[in-house]
Parts: sequence; structure tokens; C-alpha cells
Amino acid sequence: MIEFSNYDIIRNLIFAAQWTVLLSLVAFIGGTLVALALTALRLTRNSILQKLVAVYIELFQGTPLLMQMFLCFFGVSLLGYEISAWSAAILALTLFTSAFLVEIWRGCIDTLPKGQWEASRCLGMSFLQILRHIILPQALRVAIAPTVGFSVQVVKGTALASVIGFVELTKAGTMLNNATFEPFKVFAMVAVIYFLLCYPLSLSSKILEKKFNVSR
Amino acid sequence: MSLVNLHQVHKYYGDFHVLKGIDLDVKAGEVVSIIGKSGSGKSTLLRCVNGLEEYQKGGITLDGKEVTSEDIQVRRLALSVGMIFQSFNLFPHLTVGENIMLAPTIVLNKTKAEAKTIAEEMLEKVGLGDKFDRYPEKLSGGQQQRVAIARALAMSPKVLLCDEITSALDPELVGDVLKVLEQLAAEGMTLILVTHEMNFARDVGDRVVFMHEGKVWEEGNSKKLLSEPETEELRQFIGAVL
Amino acid sequence: MLYFGDLLPYSDVFFGGLITTVELTVLTTFLGIALGTLCAVLRQYGGATPRRIVASYVELIRNTPFIVQLFFIFFGLPAIGVMLTPWQASVIALTINLGAYSTEIIRAGLGSIPKGQVEAAKVLGMTFRQTLTRVIFVPAFEKIYPALTSQCIIVMLGSAVISQISVEELTYAANLVQSRNFRAFESYLVTALLYLGLAMMMRYVFKLIGKRLFSFRESS
Repeated sequence: MIEFSNYDIIRNLIFAAQWTVLLSLVAFIGGTLVALALTALRLTRNSILQKLVAVYIELFQGTPLLMQMFLCFFGVSLLGYEISAWSAAILALTLFTSAFLVEIWRGCIDTLPKGQWEASRCLGMSFLQILRHIILPQALRVAIAPTVGFSVQVVKGTALASVIGFVELTKAGTMLNNATFEPFKVFAMVAVIYFLLCYPLSLSSKILEKKFNVSR
Repeated sequence: MSLVNLHQVHKYYGDFHVLKGIDLDVKAGEVVSIIGKSGSGKSTLLRCVNGLEEYQKGGITLDGKEVTSEDIQVRRLALSVGMIFQSFNLFPHLTVGENIMLAPTIVLNKTKAEAKTIAEEMLEKVGLGDKFDRYPEKLSGGQQQRVAIARALAMSPKVLLCDEITSALDPELVGDVLKVLEQLAAEGMTLILVTHEMNFARDVGDRVVFMHEGKVWEEGNSKKLLSEPETEELRQFIGAVL
Repeated sequence: MLYFGDLLPYSDVFFGGLITTVELTVLTTFLGIALGTLCAVLRQYGGATPRRIVASYVELIRNTPFIVQLFFIFFGLPAIGVMLTPWQASVIALTINLGAYSTEIIRAGLGSIPKGQVEAAKVLGMTFRQTLTRVIFVPAFEKIYPALTSQCIIVMLGSAVISQISVEELTYAANLVQSRNFRAFESYLVTALLYLGLAMMMRYVFKLIGKRLFSFRESS
């Protein structure tokens, strides 16, 4: 049996944490893009499209992320394509992230007074002009803090990729635990690494929130 | 006999000297109006009397007993000092009746039935006998303030402190509240009011205390003081509010 | 391609899992909110030390994944002599998790109560405890009730993870069924829909309870 020193454990965990970071980044960027598209659909004021977006949100917010991972993993292979745990995790996390971001952003857009739309329309601006020059600049300021805050959920969500077999930080933790039989130490270290990844995000979200609340 | 006595009371907010040695003596049954510009320390003075604010020097006695802001003291004080606020502060989740019954049941340990009798009696007194089961938010400001008075009276206080209790009301609702106060005064209740209602201070009040820059600048019989102010500051103040 | 017929023989497995998930959810929702309330009161009104302890607890939980918390409690604690059954470990993990999130939510509610309410209670002679329970709690919870509802649902959905330590709840049932009939997608799809139903049901039940608790807003 191989002996693992503390240094070995940490080295292995940090190596695996890189996958956690990469998975988080890709899912967050993917989720942002999908959420932008969905937000655009929502703003069209087409009631059918709006309903579809609402159903989408309900589906992804009303079911466990773990189920979404399973469904992506097994669903795609059911269609006849081979899918790796990595791809399935990205797909599930992207969809999950987008559903929450759309909802968060909707709240931000809704906090803008209705008068903003009306005043702009009276000035003869088109829908896209209003969006680009009036709504988005204001909504972005409000949205940035909760969006950064949600990125913490994405990082934590990547831990579930371990269940479908993708070796990221949590999976590495369970593997190291099986090899070392030191669950207390290993999982404490895993938790610390997640904390080090997430806490700066939480903190910046809080600082951003304060900053933008004061200036409003 | 003196009911409330303040002796050289000093109060600081950090470096800011709010009260600069206040002497005041209020006898049982007296109606004392405290007037003055905002920032002159009149609300702070009132809040020191019932322990909501600490003071740093001097002494306040109530019925001969010292007042401090220690929690337990406030509880003892609550049994003899009632207070009514500018913003009513009724409890939104309780009906009018429950608002009044709450403290008698949980502080004075009266039975529900006893508390209910008191509540009904007090509501009747402020002219709102039919509002027992209403929630505060369904009442007008003037009605809410009268409920607040009834709530304070239900604890049978010896003295009632009123902190600008008509300032948040629409002008047409002020009269009803003042009428209740007038009736209380007639029944011999001791009242200390911070107020902007000069007519009320003159007609109902026994004494007026004019505060200026944290001091009692001038005090005396209300009719005399308001018609013949001695100091320039009071003259200016009266000129500004009338 | 999709075939759900193979699930039918296992309907009682799904049902058993569903019941376990519901039991766990009801239990931990109560415990979690109780813990959150206690911590929120300490955070809002407590001394410097309790405030710091609660803040650390909240940050620790909010910045680590639930699955790691669960593994730490179930696998890690026995290493220092605290033996727990999977069920016990799940209840503790879920409670601690919901407790941390609800602390933040409830604290916001406590902070929304105007100072005048507390002063009014004080001058009527109420103790701090009386003020808290009789004056502050109801309006404070009313304020944050929607956020609290959402958080409880999030924790319920998160409980899918405890299948990983072999608690026989809904996700465990799905895993079991798909390992027997090889209908993975169908099993998970049905399970996902059951979760969706549970989430909607929870929202509805919370709404009913809220109507009762905060009836003062409705009546004339």
C-alpha cells in the first residue's frame, strides 16, 4: 500500500481543485450566455416565449441539481451519443446556472421604475435603444452583486459532478479517503479548499452590494 | 408633592452635549409642555425620564426613586411611566384590543378577562369602543394614536410622557387626539408633553418649559410665559411658530 | 426509445423513497428554522463573541458544498469518536445547512423591525424575551417568509445528495430501480418530476401556513 503524507494529500487535492475551478468557469460562462439569451426572449413581451422561459426556470429550480446531472448523463447517451462525465456535468451546470441567473436578472430589471421605459418611449427610442442605453446600464449595476453571489452556488454545484464520476475536488477527496482511511483530515481539507475558493466570491459580492447600494 | 424631579441632568451623544444641566420639577396632576426648536434636546429629555436614554451626570427621581436606564429599572418604571410616541408604534400583528391587553397580561400578570375589561374601558375612554377587533393598519393616524394612548393608560401610569404625539398626524386629526389629552388632564393625570401645539400648551397646560441649546431657557405659568416671554430667544420662537 | 413500463413494478420503491424524503424534509425544516432563529437572534442582539461565532458558522456552511459537509459529518466524525447512522448524519447535515442559510434570512427580518416597536414594548415593561416573542417575531417572519420558503425548498432538493450515504430516500430509490431495470433515464426523469411535485407542494403548504400565521394582513 502506498503511504500518503499530508503533503501528498494536499498536492492531490489541489490538483483536483483545478478541475473544480475549470468546471465552475466553463459552467458559469455557459450559464451566463444561455441566461442572456433567455433574458432577451423574456424581454420580447411575447407571452408564449415568456411562459416557456418561466417553465424552464421552474423545471431547473424545482428539481435537484443531482437529478439534472443524471438526466444529462443518461439522456444524451440515450440519444445515441457517448458523453463523458465532464460534458454531462458542464451541460447540467450550464442549464442550472442559466435558470437561476435569468431569475436573478429579472428581479434586477423589475426594480427599475416603470417610468424609465415610459420616459424613453416618449423620447422616441426603439425597444432595443431603450434596452441598450437606459435599462441595461442601470440593471447591470444592480445585477452584478447577486450574480457574483450566485457564482458561489456554481462552484459548490460542481461538487455533484463527483457523483457521476468526474474527478474534481470532492471525488478526489473520497478517493483519497479510501486510500488513506483518514476521513476527518481529508474532508476537512476538502472543505477548506472549497472555502478558499468560495469565500472571496461571497465577500466580493457583499462589498459590491454595499458599494452599489450606497451610490444609488 | 413632586412626582418627577430632574436635578442637573447632563447628557452627551459622544462629544455632543445635548442636555446641559436640566433642573425640572413636576408635581402630581400637573400638565407640563416642553417647547423649543428641534435639536434643543426636548425629546431626549423626555426619553431620559423613562430610561430609554442614559444620562451621564445629575439625577432623575420618580416618586422619590432614582431613574437609570438599567433594563430592570425600565420595567419598574413602566409600571408608573407611560409613553406615547410620534409614530404610534402599535404592534401591526395584533388587533387594537390585543395591543392594549398584551402588557397587562404578560407584564402585570392579569387574567385575559381582567385585561379585556380594562382594554374595553380604555378604548371607550378614547372614543374608539367599536374598534376592538380591528387591526391598526386599518385605522387612521388619529385613531391609531388614540389606541396608543389607551394602551399606555391600561398600565395605569402615574405620569404620561407624550413625545410630539400629533406631529405625524394630518391637521384635521389632531383635534381628536388633543381632546383626549384634555380630558385626561381634567381627570388629574400628570402629563409631560413635548409639543408644537401652542394653543394646547396655553389653554390646557399648567406650565411651559422652553428649551434652548440643551438648557431650560425659560419656564413658568403657560399663559403668562407665552404672552409675555422674557427672553429674546423665546420671543423669536413664538414668533416663528405662531 | 423511452419506455416507462419497466418502472411500474418498482412503484412501491419510489413511494418508500418519497416518504423518506418527505419525513426528512419536515423534520429538518423545523429543526433548521429553529436553529436559524436562535442564531439570528444571537447575531442580531448578542454580544460580540456569540455574534462572531454565528458569523463564522454561517460563512463556513455557505461557502462549502453540502455534499462535503455531509461526508465530513458521516465519514469524518466517526474518526474522532462520533458514530452516526446515515439517517442521523443526514438530519444533522441538513439542519446545519438550513440553519446557516436561514440565519441570514431571519436576521434580515429582525433588522427590518422599526426601533420604535422595541421601544414601545420596553416602555410597556416587557422583558427582552417577551418583546422578541410577542412583538418582533411575527412581523419579522412575515417580511422574510417568501425567502425562507425558497430556502427550505432548496434544502429539500439538496437532500437528493444523501443517497450517497445510503439513506433510502427518493434518489436512492431511483438509483436502485435503474440498477435493476437499466432504465436510467426514465427512472431519473420520473424522480425529477416527483421532486418537482414536492417542491410545488411545499410552496403551497408554506403559503397555507403563512396565511394562518400572518392573517392580520388580510382581515378588515
